[in-house]
Amino acid sequence: MPNRATKTTQKVIIACFILIATDVALVILLLVHGSNFALLNPKGPIASQQRKLIFTAVLLMLTLVIPVFIATFFIAWKYRAGNKKAKYTPDEKHSPLTTFSWWGILIALVCVLATLNWKSTHALDPYKPLPSQASPITIQVVSLRWKWLFIYPEQHIATVNFIEFANHTPINFVLTSDAPMNSFWIPQLGGQMYSMAGMQTQLHLMADEIGEYQGSAAEINGAGFAGMKFIAKSVTEADFNQWVQAVKQSPFVLNQQEYDKLVQASSDNPRKFYSYTDPNLFDNIMMKFMMPISSPAMHMHGMIMP
Amino acid sequence: MTNFIFGKITLDALPHAWYTIGASASILLGAGVVAFFITYYKRWTWLWKEWLTSTDPKKIGIMYIIVATLMFLRGAIDAGMIWLQQIFSSGAHHGYLTPDHFQQVFTAHGDIMIFFVTMGFLFGLLNIIVPLQIGARDLAFPFLNSLGFWLYVAGALLINMFFMIGGDFAAVGWLAQPPLSELQFNPGVGVDYWIWSLQVSGLGTLIGGINFLVTILKMRAPGMTLMKMPLFTWNALCSSVLIVSIFPILSMTIALLFADRYFGMHFFTSDFGGNPMMYINLIWSWGHPEVYVLILPAFGIFSEVVSTFSQKRLYSYVSLVIAALAITALSFSVWLHHFFTMGAAADVNAFFGIMTMFIAIPTGSQIFNWLLTMYRGRIIFTTPMYWFLGFVATFTLGGMAGVLLSLPGADFQLHNSLFLVAHFHTMIVGGALFGIFAGITYWFPKVTGFKLNETLGKYAFWCWICGFFTAFVPLYLLGFMGATRRLDHYDASGWQGLFIVAGVGLVIICCGALLQILQIIISFRQRKKNLDLTGDPWNGRSLEWATSSPPPFYNFAIIPAVTNRDAFWEIKKEGKPVSTNYQDIHMPKNTAMGIYLSGFVFLVGFAFVWHITWLIVVGLIGSIMCVIIRSFEEETEYVVTAAEIAQIEANRKNYGKI
Amino acid sequence: MEKFDTQNKVIFGFWVYLMTDLIMFAVLFATFAVLRGNTYGGLPLSSLFSLPLVLKETLILLTSSFTCGLSLLAVNHENTKQTIGWLLVTFGLGVSFLVLELSEFSHLIAEGHSFQTNAALSSYFSLVGTHGLHIAVGLLWLLVALIQIWVKGLSPHIASKLTRFSLFWHFLDVIWIFIFTIVYLVPLK
Repeated sequence: MPNRATKTTQKVIIACFILIATDVALVILLLVHGSNFALLNPKGPIASQQRKLIFTAVLLMLTLVIPVFIATFFIAWKYRAGNKKAKYTPDEKHSPLTTFSWWGILIALVCVLATLNWKSTHALDPYKPLPSQASPITIQVVSLRWKWLFIYPEQHIATVNFIEFANHTPINFVLTSDAPMNSFWIPQLGGQMYSMAGMQTQLHLMADEIGEYQGSAAEINGAGFAGMKFIAKSVTEADFNQWVQAVKQSPFVLNQQEYDKLVQASSDNPRKFYSYTDPNLFDNIMMKFMMPISSPAMHMHGMIMP
Repeated sequence: MTNFIFGKITLDALPHAWYTIGASASILLGAGVVAFFITYYKRWTWLWKEWLTSTDPKKIGIMYIIVATLMFLRGAIDAGMIWLQQIFSSGAHHGYLTPDHFQQVFTAHGDIMIFFVTMGFLFGLLNIIVPLQIGARDLAFPFLNSLGFWLYVAGALLINMFFMIGGDFAAVGWLAQPPLSELQFNPGVGVDYWIWSLQVSGLGTLIGGINFLVTILKMRAPGMTLMKMPLFTWNALCSSVLIVSIFPILSMTIALLFADRYFGMHFFTSDFGGNPMMYINLIWSWGHPEVYVLILPAFGIFSEVVSTFSQKRLYSYVSLVIAALAITALSFSVWLHHFFTMGAAADVNAFFGIMTMFIAIPTGSQIFNWLLTMYRGRIIFTTPMYWFLGFVATFTLGGMAGVLLSLPGADFQLHNSLFLVAHFHTMIVGGALFGIFAGITYWFPKVTGFKLNETLGKYAFWCWICGFFTAFVPLYLLGFMGATRRLDHYDASGWQGLFIVAGVGLVIICCGALLQILQIIISFRQRKKNLDLTGDPWNGRSLEWATSSPPPFYNFAIIPAVTNRDAFWEIKKEGKPVSTNYQDIHMPKNTAMGIYLSGFVFLVGFAFVWHITWLIVVGLIGSIMCVIIRSFEEETEYVVTAAEIAQIEANRKNYGKI
Repeated sequence: MEKFDTQNKVIFGFWVYLMTDLIMFAVLFATFAVLRGNTYGGLPLSSLFSLPLVLKETLILLTSSFTCGLSLLAVNHENTKQTIGWLLVTFGLGVSFLVLELSEFSHLIAEGHSFQTNAALSSYFSLVGTHGLHIAVGLLWLLVALIQIWVKGLSPHIASKLTRFSLFWHFLDVIWIFIFTIVYLVPLK
């Protein structure tokens, strides 16, 4: 048994721990004050729905977690060995009804969550085109070492580490890779999609507001991976058209030689703008992993493994 | 000629960077100091005969825990290096590590913590406790147990070997997903070291899994039916079933990656028809059940701890068994949730998401069991109980994060972010590791004969829990800010402060770990005060408490007959006199063959890493010869006569109640 | 009694091992199923195989399984000579299976269809080759067992070993049936 002195020390030390914990909490609060919680600050319909989904799920779980949490610590405190007044039934037989009831509660909660899961997964399927009055724009995405190449097949322009598009216009991203696989992510517009060599995946996003949003590579693909960032800029339609015209005047043309240079590994690449003419560029990038003969492109949708 | 002798090894492979020189020097220095003391105290023969060649699961268990602790040190240093880099590498500053080196560090951190720390601790506890709990004298295959341990050691050596020869580890993330891990993008030996350390230690794990499965199913004390087994043994059984089912997948998947790299095959290359997605599917169909391999024994430990310290029978034993079995079964049907973002159809994603949610049912139900066990109990707040309450706090947080991640819609946003990193650390540190700490404290007196110092244990606990939240809450927040994992550099955007807080958390955790080491040292020095003379220091319920602490090498002089779930509790209640009707018993002989065999396997792995053909041949022939020589040994057991047992039992001063 | 328990334990443990081996083969089969069509512009796999040769291999292996069974019967009758005889026949059949398989492999490689050519061939060589490797290990085991019988006679220890060997051999037979069907027969349909 510890004597009085050590008990006091113990109390002092526990008080210190509580103090540290509060301090840390305060510091964290101060630090995050005014920060941009990208996931909680959506600028497009998909990201908004995803935020809502996160909140709904957390709230649903808290309805069970908070009572259990309170019960645990209350029971632990009440039935401490020192409390001789509390009931003690060492050989208590379990009641099947109690057991069934907590399994029942858990199953019910998970059923609600599972429904939410099924519905939201279909609603937020990245392959689903977004409903909108505006006609969508297609942007082909190629992940390279260590930069993003964006091809606008309809506008005949291409960019590196930068995309611009009109707000309220659905964007159909078509992704592939000419490097180890990566994950394409613009948190404020919506979730990720892998880009994989020799394959094509899709992602549908849209921006509501005008602004510049951070985009990143979320899957490690080698040394320059951390610098593989880009800006996704949402502008008005008129500004977008103007921008397209400006890029078309770019002195750089994306042809095979230029592409071969891009494929070389390089880190922290600046933005770059190209005009381009070869309509098969994207398909060729994908197909070269299936050559020497050409075969139909592998579409991922609907398969676990191709 | 040099090419023939040394393969790909050149002078460049010798340590020349600060970290390889530093690590090699400290490893050699450490080994030198240990060797010096062993020589000085003339303990080599003792070490070899009593420990290294031992087939006694209690001793092998202790050796597992010692190696796991050493590897924990290595993994913790890696963690510190990761955090240091992330604190400083913001905006214009690029930290002190190159991106490539940073990626090597976190790859090693992940692999070491999973394969060599958590698995090592678990196998240690399983070895020590399972035979005692089921009233057995040994494991089913004592030689294979020794072999499994030494393969684990060989794997641990291989993962540290690159410091001395090679200089580079794999910079590919802990699961080495291709095509990044293919020769095209990683031509160095780092990935090969990764392949062979996991292959060798994985083989050890598989052997261990088979051993425990057979031991638990075939060697229980008379009367102990499956439904009378203690919960820890039940969870160990489920864990073994998982190991036996999934480690073959790991071995084969890594073997195929090796075939790609060594023989120029095309399983996972982007071109020539290879399919990297297949690797990702295969590795996760190992990887997800692996999480349950780690966490199930922790659940078992908490069941034992809660019922012992609440001084009450476990509430609804059957429900806990069903939960463990359900988790085991369901764990095979969730692997795809590790890559919802691969573009599978919504139906497929939703299916795997919902299966993942279903796993939360049996997992969560156990919390209610423990709650109702405490309810109307007499709870003694020992350190293991503290770990249990800490576990409830962290595990519910991590569980919620996990359910969130099982919603594909939410996962698209949280995948590969620091939120994910925080989630699985919550599960593995707050779940598996806290369970292991509870288990080590709980069974420490059984193994050593004296209790651990409670006060220091509690301080260590408070450091761990405070440090844990300080370290990982910022990561959850950073995830919400859109920070991806594995960043060696980020732009100054308000993240740095949180990384610093996380670093402070790590320091607090380290204080906790230091206190634990201090706790063991001080408890050892004050052991006379804390001696466990009865063999039953906590008023325990299962058979491991029925023998003395530490137990004799044969565990039980007379195998107790089991009539009830809480076997020892019933024996104590009945209070029957001790029988002294001893009989001859067979015990396994010690053998050094496990060491030799693992040594040759180590050579094979090393030779494959460096393409040294002659050494591969030598290693393979050596391994085969070891197996053949072993197969000629028929007398692998010796007899302890009843008279000898009687003498040993009589000599033990404070002999327990049986 | 105790002796029986040990045997029981060992046989059961061996069964568990066989199950883990089965899972390894399952991975290889799955890999083959996924990659069999990925020839990267090369010839389809089915056009490369010579079915008569494979049929010969199959018959040899099935016969060896039968002779292995006969040797176990001889063990049960404690007939050392017959045991050794049937084991030698099994060994011979196993060796001829391996020789045929290796000649098939070398033929394929000589024709320019090596395991490096494309993913389909990689998976084919790995699946069939892993089975062949198991056969080779089995033959080594058999050889050691024969030496042990020769040195020590038919002790219970060796009888148990032979039981396990025959489990292993039949297991490889079953795997081969799957290989024969999935690899060689299915594409003919």
